[in-house]
Amino acid sequence: MGKNDPQKIYENIREEARQQDQSRQDKPLVMVGTATCGLAAGAMQVKEDFIREIKNKDLNAEVIEVGCIGHCYAEPLAIIAKPGFPPVCYGNLDDGLVHRLVEDFLAGDDPSYEYAMAALERNDEFPTFEDFPRGVYEEKLILEHCGFTDFSRIDSYIARGGYSALAKSLSGEPDHVLAMIKEANLRGRGGAGFPAGTKWEACLNKSGDEKYVICNGDEGDPGAFMDRSVLESDPHLVIEGMILCAYAVGASQGYLYIRAEYPRAVEHVRHAIKQAGEKGLLGSSILGTGFSFDLEVFQGSGAFICGEATALVNSMEGKMGMPESRPPRLTDQGYRGKPTVLNNVKTFAYVPLIIERGPDWFKSIGTPERPGTAVFSLVGKINSTGLVEVPMGTTLRQLIEEVGDGLPEGCEFKAVQIGGPSGGCLPESSLDVPIDFDSLHEAGAIMGSGGLVVMDQEDCMVSVARYFLEFTQHESCGKCTFCRLGTKHMLDILTDITRGEGDLETLELLKELGEDVRDGSLCNLGRTAPNPVLTTLRYFYDEYKAHIEEGRCPALVCRDLILYYIKPSKCSKLCNVCVGSCPTEAIYTRDDGLKAIDQEKCVKCDNCRKACPTEYDAVLRLSPPVLPDEKERKAK
Amino acid sequence: MSEEITITIDDQNIKARRGEKLLWVALDNDIYIPHLCAIKEEGRPNASCRLCFVEIEGLERPVTACTRKVEEGMVVNTRSPRIDRLVKTGFDLLLSDHNLNCRQCPANRNCALQVIAKKRKLKLKRDRFKPVDRKFALDDSPAEFAFDRSRCVLCGQCVWADRVEAEVGAIGFTKRGINRVVTTFNDLPLADSICTECKLCVEACPVGALYYKEDKKA
Repeated sequence: MGKNDPQKIYENIREEARQQDQSRQDKPLVMVGTATCGLAAGAMQVKEDFIREIKNKDLNAEVIEVGCIGHCYAEPLAIIAKPGFPPVCYGNLDDGLVHRLVEDFLAGDDPSYEYAMAALERNDEFPTFEDFPRGVYEEKLILEHCGFTDFSRIDSYIARGGYSALAKSLSGEPDHVLAMIKEANLRGRGGAGFPAGTKWEACLNKSGDEKYVICNGDEGDPGAFMDRSVLESDPHLVIEGMILCAYAVGASQGYLYIRAEYPRAVEHVRHAIKQAGEKGLLGSSILGTGFSFDLEVFQGSGAFICGEATALVNSMEGKMGMPESRPPRLTDQGYRGKPTVLNNVKTFAYVPLIIERGPDWFKSIGTPERPGTAVFSLVGKINSTGLVEVPMGTTLRQLIEEVGDGLPEGCEFKAVQIGGPSGGCLPESSLDVPIDFDSLHEAGAIMGSGGLVVMDQEDCMVSVARYFLEFTQHESCGKCTFCRLGTKHMLDILTDITRGEGDLETLELLKELGEDVRDGSLCNLGRTAPNPVLTTLRYFYDEYKAHIEEGRCPALVCRDLILYYIKPSKCSKLCNVCVGSCPTEAIYTRDDGLKAIDQEKCVKCDNCRKACPTEYDAVLRLSPPVLPDEKERKAK
Repeated sequence: MSEEITITIDDQNIKARRGEKLLWVALDNDIYIPHLCAIKEEGRPNASCRLCFVEIEGLERPVTACTRKVEEGMVVNTRSPRIDRLVKTGFDLLLSDHNLNCRQCPANRNCALQVIAKKRKLKLKRDRFKPVDRKFALDDSPAEFAFDRSRCVLCGQCVWADRVEAEVGAIGFTKRGINRVVTTFNDLPLADSICTECKLCVEACPVGALYYKEDKKA
């Protein structure tokens, strides 16, 4: 053979990484979660607080940044790993708590368990995340190390066995990688669930040696942040997956298409690519073999449509980001007209795990038809918002009630929106649907890229449908008739309904148009855009009817269908709070000292209702917007 | 020459060349399928007007004839309740964004929309959807022709004529979504752009958006 043994080269790299990592473990380590969500919650301040406090105490401890731990509800978060103690995670950090932790735990020996969320390793003193209700249902594969590993150091990844799947694969033949992915029945995680192995094989079977591998990181759904978290928190996992794919299909150049609104993801991935290159894991003659592969980041400019495969490729080629009709598929004619594999961030992230642990391991998780896990960003009216990973086949009910710890008190479940603007709203009766591509599709939603929004009685389903349609209509590229004009008319009809205009025929037209836009559009943006409308029409028809026939918004959301009213029997002469809260001076004091609203001046901002002390709760929203009769209005 | 094959369109057996696009095979055999954006010479069709829907046996949903290559034994239907519904909706949608005053239009009686309406018995009315009525300034800067964007159906025939036939590149699509429009670089009037006024775009326009000034009725 005469070529160097990649396994041997890798072992040397790994040994070096292990030693590097070992040397860090002798002193206490504070890991602050600084993914985008953490930053938004103030993680940088927390990091500075830790550094300052540690310096003040003159301690020998290191503060590093890690990615997303997945417990958004408790941001900002940090993990303290001190030799002799299990690593412990703390949430809702502020300067006071940081001061306390440094003083008691880092300087002293008290882990302050009363402030801890969970330990990261099993121990006799404090429960771990696995003991959380969600821990029972969660099965972390691609998120396993997100938030627990130093994304800025390739050594952390290598020390835990990273790139060993690559080393192993490079010692064998490329078709072995493909065989494993096919055997594992890995389906694309971008939303449609197309089998990755079939896609790769189609690319492999094309002649020519100019082929491309592209990772779609153009996640654009409102409320979805799974791909961002993976790219920010564990970039090497995705990179290794892409290298393995390139080896399997014979590509020598790859791109990570990441939207420019994800600057941290771009930064982390670029840094990771550089490090992998320095270790000889990327670039020419990877691990001493004849296989070469380069990776670059391409920044998308933030058009939702560019998440569509053909539009993505067009935008990379410098053209307008607009979709093309298929076939030809990208595997036949992709980037620069060459065979191209395009997969989602998460799809690539599974690849090293499947190669390392084997297809049978992968198939043992989830359901036989759809093995593996699904990653969701859990948001809305739910106690534990966050990034969760559950086996395929978990029901929506388990996901919401157990993993997400149910709805906050006072919130009554109404619907769950899955798959963002391309997905649908499912009612209570669909909660026992297992999570997988086909079951959700049957129910009218899609898996999409995994955004999941829980809604309660205060969410108006017409407004929700309108919100998502406004999004897709705004993001429509305008190329094809159905999407350009169809979504526009659907939005106009929905806007009318939120104003109480229209009749039942309008609803029929909306449904017909939605079905035709679904069937007639050129690309999947248009084809899925009607889903939020069609599912709400299917499951919440009565709510539409109430808007139209009664001029009533049951959720009291649609502004044109509600008015604000201060109930005299609940209002108190002794209180003036609402008057000050009103930005338009619509609230006046009556002769008897109670308050009332001048409907002409009221802009329905909701300030007075929020301001009214709970012991009175005198500000009501009425729908339809009709004031009670004079007798009641004048009552004391 | 590529291999000759036989396909069936609306119960007629038709000879075709493998690899040809279904739309042109049908049209060449006097079988009408509505279309606006299709260009025979374009290898990868725009497929943007969404009017040439047909049903092919074995396929779950209607497909556009302009993008489908014919295959031996293919069985095609150009009419069905599903197709007719899609074509009607597509057509109504286009009309909702089309300045529909045929009597004042230079393309009256010579308009692709009128042909579609006649062949498919569709109403030339804007009563199903609210008119969009985008406002455009008339560009009558060229000496012999003018561009009225309120009639434009965004089929792209003029852009093809300008770029591929005339090799000028004066016009193209800009903006997104409902604001998509055919225009010059920097939205200059045609006469101030690199337009050579060769008029191939006027010849290509299937509706009355680009028209000869002499055809314009009072």
